Amino acid sequence: MSIQVIKAGILDTVQDAGRYGYQQLGINPGGVMDRTAMRMANALVGNEAGAPVIEMHFPAAEMLFEETMLVALSGADFSPRINGEETPVHKPVCVRKGAILSFGKQLKGARTYLAVKGGWKADNWLHSYSTHLTVKAGGQAGRALGKTDRLFPQQLQPYGLLNKESIFEALPWQAAVSAFYQERSLRMIQGYEFDTLTPAAKEILFSSSFTISRESNRMGYRLQGPPLLTTQTTELISTAVTRGTLQLLPDGQLIVLMADHQTTGGYPRVGHLISADLASLAQKNAGEPFSVSVVSVQEAENILHRQEMDLQQLQNACNFRLAQYLLGV
Amino acid sequence: MALYQYLRGRKIAGVLDLIPAYSSLSVVYDLAALIKKNPAQSVYAMMESQLQEAVRFVEIQTVTVSNKVTIPVCYDLSLAPDLSELAALHQLTIEEVIQLHTAPTYRVYMIGFLPGFAYMGSVAERIRTARKSSPRTKVPAGSVGIAGEQTGIYPLDSPGGWQLIGQTPLPLFDATRTDPCLLQPGDEVKFCSISLTEYHQLKKT
Repeated sequence: MSIQVIKAGILDTVQDAGRYGYQQLGINPGGVMDRTAMRMANALVGNEAGAPVIEMHFPAAEMLFEETMLVALSGADFSPRINGEETPVHKPVCVRKGAILSFGKQLKGARTYLAVKGGWKADNWLHSYSTHLTVKAGGQAGRALGKTDRLFPQQLQPYGLLNKESIFEALPWQAAVSAFYQERSLRMIQGYEFDTLTPAAKEILFSSSFTISRESNRMGYRLQGPPLLTTQTTELISTAVTRGTLQLLPDGQLIVLMADHQTTGGYPRVGHLISADLASLAQKNAGEPFSVSVVSVQEAENILHRQEMDLQQLQNACNFRLAQYLLGV
Repeated sequence: MALYQYLRGRKIAGVLDLIPAYSSLSVVYDLAALIKKNPAQSVYAMMESQLQEAVRFVEIQTVTVSNKVTIPVCYDLSLAPDLSELAALHQLTIEEVIQLHTAPTYRVYMIGFLPGFAYMGSVAERIRTARKSSPRTKVPAGSVGIAGEQTGIYPLDSPGGWQLIGQTPLPLFDATRTDPCLLQPGDEVKFCSISLTEYHQLKKT
């Protein structure tokens, strides 16, 4: 009935869209790093957009299917294989009982998402299935997936493969996701302390390339670039920070807060990456460069609006194709 | 704080989180959902006008304290690694430090850093002490600390740089409770000094 981890990955956790409503208690939202990938993986198997998925980093887990299931991978391409044979990403795949999913190389991106039709069963803590590693709650017993862990779909629906001989079958359509990811340039709106940057620092911010350092994880990415100077060095009173906030550290380097960020912070907030670009950042690895440009709040809203409409269209198309397909089988 | 309490009661559509801090209130809203509902409008402008309206309704005097909480703290030196040094620094006896720390009623201004970590103030001037120059790699859960004019309690084992002057046997955070955090923003807190024996007894229950 389940999928069993036969070899643990470096950090594989159950996540959903995150845990909101508790940041006043210092409980951060968490959730998937790449929301676009979660939505795509879920849409490909006909789930609600926010159904729990498994977020995997590289090297990722190896898993044994103990039941025939309809699954999909979206986000990063870690060259997935089923019983050693290449299987595509961004496509629904029907996998037969007894097959083993493994990953070869990290071809593109930083996080891949595995969705199963019906969504994964997981612990719900404060209205979310996301794994909160610090307090050890939610997801799979509040921790990363380990060897012998079993995950079950919330409801198992029987699937048949067309060919009685095949181990897996990729269904004949693929979600075109590349348009949702920015390669080199990410956009921000000005933060509350933007004007503490010197005019020269502002110019450097928008003309330089920043590289993601190795000290980057689900909490935040430390960036390496030319140091940015401020006109004042007074310590700030702590205030709330959020996903995408660009904080300036005392040494002039930037940090971008990600899914597991602390809820408050005291460093100057020079900007906030726009919501529409956070999925792109979530798929960047240490060593990758990008540049930053500034947009107005209204532009940021317009960009997200267009992205949401395109995503919705793609989700609808995936759902429609799958419904047609399942009727036909 | 008054605005925070007012907005929590009002439940504005699309608002995901309200995060009060010392001198700010941050509002986190679901931009994607609000854009879908109001495609022709600026969501930011809409949210701004709703918040300005709320500010007009709220008077600073209307802060209602959500809870009064008394927290037992054991100041025994075995649980208070920085207490002697802190007393010496301020030329006070340990009893005087305890007296100065337990005398005020503190307010929870903000919760941050860790789930349930309450930033409380204000600490008596005579015992205000800067953070340690190099943070400890592990502070045990329940440790009571001072950082400048703030006092707080570590809800979980964690690295930390506050000056540790005691420990409480009460769990500040418990994921299995419906309300996982003992303290809420706006709460009034008093500390009372307990003996090591009482500490161990309370810790068991």
